[in-house]
Formats: sequence, structure tokens, C-alpha cells
Amino acid sequence: MFAFQENKEEAKVTQAAQAQEAEVIPVPEEPTIENKVVADKVTVHYSGAQALFDIDLEIPERRVTSLIGPSGCGKSTFLRCINRMNDTIEGCEVGGTIMMDGDNINGNDIDVVELRARVGMVFQKPNPFPKSIYDNVAYGPRIHGLASDNTELDEIVHRSLEKAGLWNEVKDRLLEPGTGLSGGQQQRLCIARAIAVSPEVILMDEPCSALDPIATAKIEELIDEIRENFTIVIVTHSMQQAARVSQYTAFFHLGKLVEKGTTEKIFTEPDDQRTQDYITGRFG
Amino acid sequence: MNSPQQKTVNPTTQKIRAGLKKRYAAERRFQLYGMAGISIAVIALLILFVTIGSKGYTAFVQTHVELEVFFDEQIIDPSGERKMKELSRANYAGVVKASLRARFPEVKNRRDKRQLYGLISTGAAFDLREMVMTDPSIIGTTRTIKLIASDDVDMLIKGHINRDTEESARPIKDKQIAWIDQLEEAGAVSMPFNERLFSRGDSREPELAGIWGAIVGSFYTMLVTLALSFPLGVAAAIYLEEFAHKSKLAALIEVNINNLAAVPSIVFGLLGLAVFLNFFQMPRSAPLVGGVVLALMTFPTIIIAGRAALKSVPPSIREAAAGLGASRTQVVFHHVLPLAMPGILTGTIIGMARAVGETAPLLMIGMVAFIVDIPQGVTDPASVLPVQVYLWADAPERAFVERTSATTMVLLGFLIAMNAAAVMLRKKFERRW
Repeated sequence: MFAFQENKEEAKVTQAAQAQEAEVIPVPEEPTIENKVVADKVTVHYSGAQALFDIDLEIPERRVTSLIGPSGCGKSTFLRCINRMNDTIEGCEVGGTIMMDGDNINGNDIDVVELRARVGMVFQKPNPFPKSIYDNVAYGPRIHGLASDNTELDEIVHRSLEKAGLWNEVKDRLLEPGTGLSGGQQQRLCIARAIAVSPEVILMDEPCSALDPIATAKIEELIDEIRENFTIVIVTHSMQQAARVSQYTAFFHLGKLVEKGTTEKIFTEPDDQRTQDYITGRFG
Repeated sequence: MNSPQQKTVNPTTQKIRAGLKKRYAAERRFQLYGMAGISIAVIALLILFVTIGSKGYTAFVQTHVELEVFFDEQIIDPSGERKMKELSRANYAGVVKASLRARFPEVKNRRDKRQLYGLISTGAAFDLREMVMTDPSIIGTTRTIKLIASDDVDMLIKGHINRDTEESARPIKDKQIAWIDQLEEAGAVSMPFNERLFSRGDSREPELAGIWGAIVGSFYTMLVTLALSFPLGVAAAIYLEEFAHKSKLAALIEVNINNLAAVPSIVFGLLGLAVFLNFFQMPRSAPLVGGVVLALMTFPTIIIAGRAALKSVPPSIREAAAGLGASRTQVVFHHVLPLAMPGILTGTIIGMARAVGETAPLLMIGMVAFIVDIPQGVTDPASVLPVQVYLWADAPERAFVERTSATTMVLLGFLIAMNAAAVMLRKKFERRW
């Protein structure tokens, strides 16, 4: 526990140092950033029990936004609203609006299949299909008809695995089952699978919580590399991870959005006492 | 236990130690109960197999008597034209009788002669006809041929008829016994494998009766059952598990499916009689109707097994596919169903194994009839293995007793094979994720 807290302090110090640097060079890109997803008064009820209360959150395009907060605070629930994954849960009701590129994805006229092709997802536990590595990556493009022939499909699989940093490790055993890979490789395979559909947004629900530090570092590197092409929302329990990979952070507590802003600001000078307490490890 | 050094242990440990003995005793007791239960089951199974096996194994061989048979042209083809029609109609029983008379020339009396003819089965004449029909050139020659003995002779040779009982109380008479002994001494009695049992249909004569008709009948019945219950059961399971909303109606349907699985099978027979035979006028005694009735019985089992198998597929697979934008149907058919298939197949095989041994509903729809011909399709009258057991168990002839046991062995063989397939399937595809 103590070690954990110390780490927190260290993270804070580095962040503070970076923030000081940032003061010298004014952030140039800030004003040009557009919001990819805008949530307005989003509420979620699970069989009557309210899990999310009026969440207003903007997710900037081509940036990494991390959602942090203690267990059960609703961050995963909010994440699952963005690709309507909550539809599959019996008794789950979502209210409010979530606008993506001007369309309300909570609206009845939105096609869920199309939405999920545009908003990919990586889950907490690596969940490759019990099929070959190739088929895992090729599945999305296949069902959406993204490749006109096998050469094109091969190309998509190659590119996706390459982007996910997995190509060199698996190029000789593409036809072996994806479940035979190590945990970290499986998670990168899942990322490759999500990338293969060329989504606009990628949602990551604690993608590293089942992985060791080395595999985690690889995934974080990967997130940093792909953020230029995708809008990424990541739920994480690790404060350091949020600080390392994200540009924007939102802090959830007891189903409410307590604070949102640039990661630097949240980690160096949070407005809310609860945020301060959480990031310094006083609770959570 | 309480040596002086151990006095220093803290009170909690002491309390734990005090209870340990009791806990271990309870564990041993429970293991003992389990072992006792398994032993009883194994003993019951052994008794079943040993009784059936010891009674039935003799049915797999059949007594034959070797005789010099003279294919007399005078009897078979008096016109000498070798017309197939004439040849097929000829009096082959006369040929058999003539060879018996030639073997025992001392028998003159008419009554004795009848007893003598009783040694050989009436089926021998059909065998001779077949030989002549395939090769008419044997007419006029003398061949040494193994002729099938009658069931009484068969029983005597196999030791199922006691020679010491009074002559009048025994189906085989003293004189016949003497002739059989004479033949046996001459080495003319043999016991080859009973091919007829596996190639013929039912017969009134035990030595001519076979179970091939029942096997084919069972096969057609199971074919109909599988073709109906598997797709319907799987479709219903998928719909209920993956698509139907959890509502009161769904709960009601679930309860009723479980009820359907528990309905006594004879009730399905009555339903088949009333609906398929009387209302739809479907053919009586046909595997088609039997299969439909058994399908009604099997399909709730498949639904229940199918739903359990679908439920056991981890939600992470569903989420992964749905997260990629697969539609609900694609999620089910690309991912969930293939993973659930081994479980569904296991349930199906177990359901089919139950159906293949089912008798009661088939009695109601007329599959209990005496059917000699091998069924050629699903609408031909047929019998099935368990019904054949039921029919033969009822027959008065001693020779049917061993055939009943033999049929039971064949049926059990099928059941064991099916259940073994189910277990192997489960083992092979267990937890692939």
C-alpha cells in the first residue's frame, strides 16, 4: 500500500515536471481539437437501480481519453454506452444523448451493427475467438465485406497485426489457434482484431488488468502509436497508466462524473477534493 | 497427541486440532457411502450383463446337421426343362425328407417318419431351393450339405432340454434323441455362426428368426427421429436461449418443455395413435410414425441439453463478436453454436439412446406386429429392437429365450456404443476457450 502511494507521488511529480515544461511551450493544438463523441445527460439504470447520473462528457478526436475511478463507479458502464454494448444486458436502460459526428447513437434510427463497426472494443480479459490467429483478425472484415478478395483480406490482416505490433511474433503461425498465444499477445491480437475493421473510435475496458508489467508496457506503447489514427477511450484502474497514455482524463465516482479535463490538470491540480484523494491513493 | 512440547500451542490451534478428527471421520464416511453406491451400481450392471450374456450367447451359433442330399430330378424338375418358375415351385421339402430317409433307412413307420422329418427345420427346404436357383446344374447330383436343424434339436444339443424328463413332457422324443446321438457320433452335427440371426426378419420358427428386420426398423425409426428432433430441438434451444426476451411467457414455455420431457412415453404413443394414425391416416406399424412419436419424446431432451450447452459458452466470446459489429444471428451461428455443438450433440446422442430403447409408445402405433419382411423404407411395416425383445420374451418356444437375450445384447451394444460416442465427444471438445 505504501509502495503504491509512493508510486502515485512519483507519477504526480513527473506529471508536475511535464506540466512545468508545458508552461514554457504553450499547447499549440488545444483549440483545433474536435470532439468525436459528446455525451449529454447520459443516465443508465440496471433493472431500476441507477448506475450513471447525468454524465456530460466530450471525447476529443484522435486523442486518448482515460476514464478513472474506483470500482463500481460506472466508468465501464459509460464506456459500454458508446458502442451500445449495454443493449445486450437484460433490464439495462440508457437515457440521455450521445452524439457521434452529429448523430445520436442512442437514437432508434441508429443501426447497432454499423455503430459497432465504427466503434471497436477491447475487453478486460483477452477474448480471442477459439479460431486461428488469421481468422480472428479476418473475422470483422469478412462479416462487413471489407475485402473484395483474399489478397486484400491478407493485406488487412497483415496491416492490422503489424499495427498491433504482433506481426513479427505470429507471422509464421497465422493458422494456429489464437487461444494458444500468451496473455499479452492475446490482448494485442484482440486489438488487431478491432483495428482490422478500421473503426473511428476504440474503446478499451481495462485492457491491461490481466497482464504482467512487460505486456502492459507493450500495450501502452501500442496505444500511443495508434492514437494518431483512432479516437481512444480507455478505462483503467492504474493511475500511472492513465497518466502515461492519455491526454484527457475523466474521474467517475459513485455513478457521477466528478471531474474532467486534460490529464495534466487532473493529475496536478484537480479542482475536486475527491479527485485529489483518489489520485493520491487515499481511497479507491 | 498432547505431548508436553505441544502444550504451548495457542488456543485457536488447539480448538482446530480437537475438531480435526471429527472432520476426517466425516470425510471418510462420505467416501464410504460413495464407494458403496458405486459398488451396488457395478454389481447390478454385472448381474444384468452376466445373466443376459449367459442366457444369450448360445443364440449366436445354430445347430446344423450334415446330410447327403440327392437333388432328384424327378422331384425338382420332372419336365427336365429347367424353367425357373418350375424350379422355384418344386417340392424341396420332399428332397430333404428323401435324404433323411436315406440316412436312416430303418425308419419305416409313418409316425416315426414324421418324427424323423422333425429333426430338420422347414427352412432347410428354402436353402436347397436357393442353391438350385443359383446353380441349376446341381440337379441330379448328390452333395453333402449342412442343413439347419429344428429348434428342438438345437435346444437339445445346447443342453437346454433335459434328457431325463419324461418323454411326454419333453418336446423331443426318445427316438429322435437316438437319431441325434447317432448323427452326433458320426460327426454330422455342427454349430456354425448363426448368420440368420443377423440377416433375416422375424419368423414363427425360432431357428429361422432373425433380428435384421428389427435392426433396419430401428435404423429407419431413428433416422426419422433424428431428422425431426435435432433441427427442431436446436432451433428451439437457440431461439429460447439467444433471442427470446425473458418474459412470463418464456418462463411458461420453459416449464412446459421440462414437463414434456417428463411425460410418460406411453402417453406419446396414445398421442401418435390418435393424431397420426386416426386423424392423419398415416400407415400403421411404420417407422415414419414411430420416428415422429419418438421425435416428440426426444426433442425436449435436445432443447434442454442444447440450452445448457449454449449457456455454457462464455459471454466474452459473444461480446467479442458483438463488439466487432456481428449481428445477433452472426454471433450465434459463427461463434456460440460451434462452441456449443459438442454439448448439443452429446445431449442428442443421449436422447437418441433413450429413444432407441423405447418400447411403450411403439406398441400403441402398431409396431408390435409380427413382421417377417425386412422394411425397405420408412413407410413399410417394421419392428424395432426393443419391441422384438418384447415379442420374443412372450413366445412359448424355448429357443426364443436365448434369442431374446441375444437381441437384448445387440440392443445394449448399440446403447453402449452411442453413450461411449457421447462421452468421447464431450472429452474431445471439452473447454476449447
